[in-house]
Amino acid sequence: MKILTLNFLMCARKACKSSSDAFPLHPRDVELEIVETDINPLFIRNILPRVEWAALRAMCNELGLPQLSETQPSCTDLFSTENLDPDATDSEPTQTLRDLHNLLVQTCIMEGKLVCGNCGHEYAIKEGIANFLLPSHMV
Amino acid sequence: MDMLPTPDTSHVSFDRIYEPYEDSYLFLDTLSSATEISFLHQRFSAAHEQHGSPMIVETGVGSGVVLAFAAANAHIILGRPDVVTLGTDINSFACHAASKTVETAISEMRSLKTTSLDILNTDLTASIRPGLVDVLIFNPPYVPTEDLPDAVKHAEYNLRSTMSPATSFARDSHLLALSYAGGVNGMEVTNKLLAEIPVILHPKRGVAYVLLCAQNKPEAVKQSIRQWGSEWRVLTAGFSGKKGGWEKLQILRIWREP
Ligand SMILES: [Zn+2]
Repeated sequence: MKILTLNFLMCARKACKSSSDAFPLHPRDVELEIVETDINPLFIRNILPRVEWAALRAMCNELGLPQLSETQPSCTDLFSTENLDPDATDSEPTQTLRDLHNLLVQTCIMEGKLVCGNCGHEYAIKEGIANFLLPSHMV
Repeated sequence: MDMLPTPDTSHVSFDRIYEPYEDSYLFLDTLSSATEISFLHQRFSAAHEQHGSPMIVETGVGSGVVLAFAAANAHIILGRPDVVTLGTDINSFACHAASKTVETAISEMRSLKTTSLDILNTDLTASIRPGLVDVLIFNPPYVPTEDLPDAVKHAEYNLRSTMSPATSFARDSHLLALSYAGGVNGMEVTNKLLAEIPVILHPKRGVAYVLLCAQNKPEAVKQSIRQWGSEWRVLTAGFSGKKGGWEKLQILRIWREP
């Protein structure tokens, strides 16, 4: 399961839907793996406006990954020239963009748990797939 | 438009995962039809880049053939190369198989590749934060049946462990039934998903594609969607098997207009 995915998820329980503690989920006892993926600089640039940066920072802290900047990087932090068109030959992705690609898309949780900060329910991740199914009395 | 290739599902075990069928292929045709491409470009093409990368979510991915098709052809269907996809299935075997289907389809893309997030083992859209989904796809269990598969048994049958041949057969029947058994009017699962649409779709851009069969009483379904509020729109975006004026299968496009 990719780190970016976690930014789009919360506790599956109905009772937690309106709680601000149900997002982000807290990773516990995780095994991480880097899964090599082609870099898509345009994607990294354009997904950032949809990312909850504070939640991503908190997740990095909890996972013991390198700390992220306090504020979300801007376009000029991602490409090394004035030309922001990633297809242009003179526009090189910066190390910041490469680090984000590595964190968001290549860093995967293969085994472990995700814990809800509101109800404490634990969701298992096995072989890279997270299980959010609830016993019927908990839905 | 030329026929776009169908994603490879040769690794999928169809003993317990829904095999791509007429309904799946109707999704491929509908999503790549001139009308839907034009509609989706208007909503999502590069001109809307400031809103960020569009997110395609399929609930109940099964083999993953539809999501893989949408992912591999996102640059054609949505008109931009920075799309992200996410899938869900209640069947853990389907989650693993569909991950492979989507990854394989994306690996064959030549230009900037679609980003596939994960296939989550979850019920419909449970666990996805509200308001994020730009394009929602659902090919539901639509066959009218007396009952839905036993939810109490699911946790046991969902385990990827080895079992005796008899239990294994019961498990496979249970998992396959989840992919087709729709309960009363074949609508019990679809109704659940329809109720999630106003919450899960992006409030401005979101659009859902949901398949119905003739026994699902599609006109009544459309009527009930129109009653969600004056901003809601619904139309038949694709159909197959027209017989005596009735479409055997049809795909609804459901969206809000400002
Ligand atoms: Zn919770």
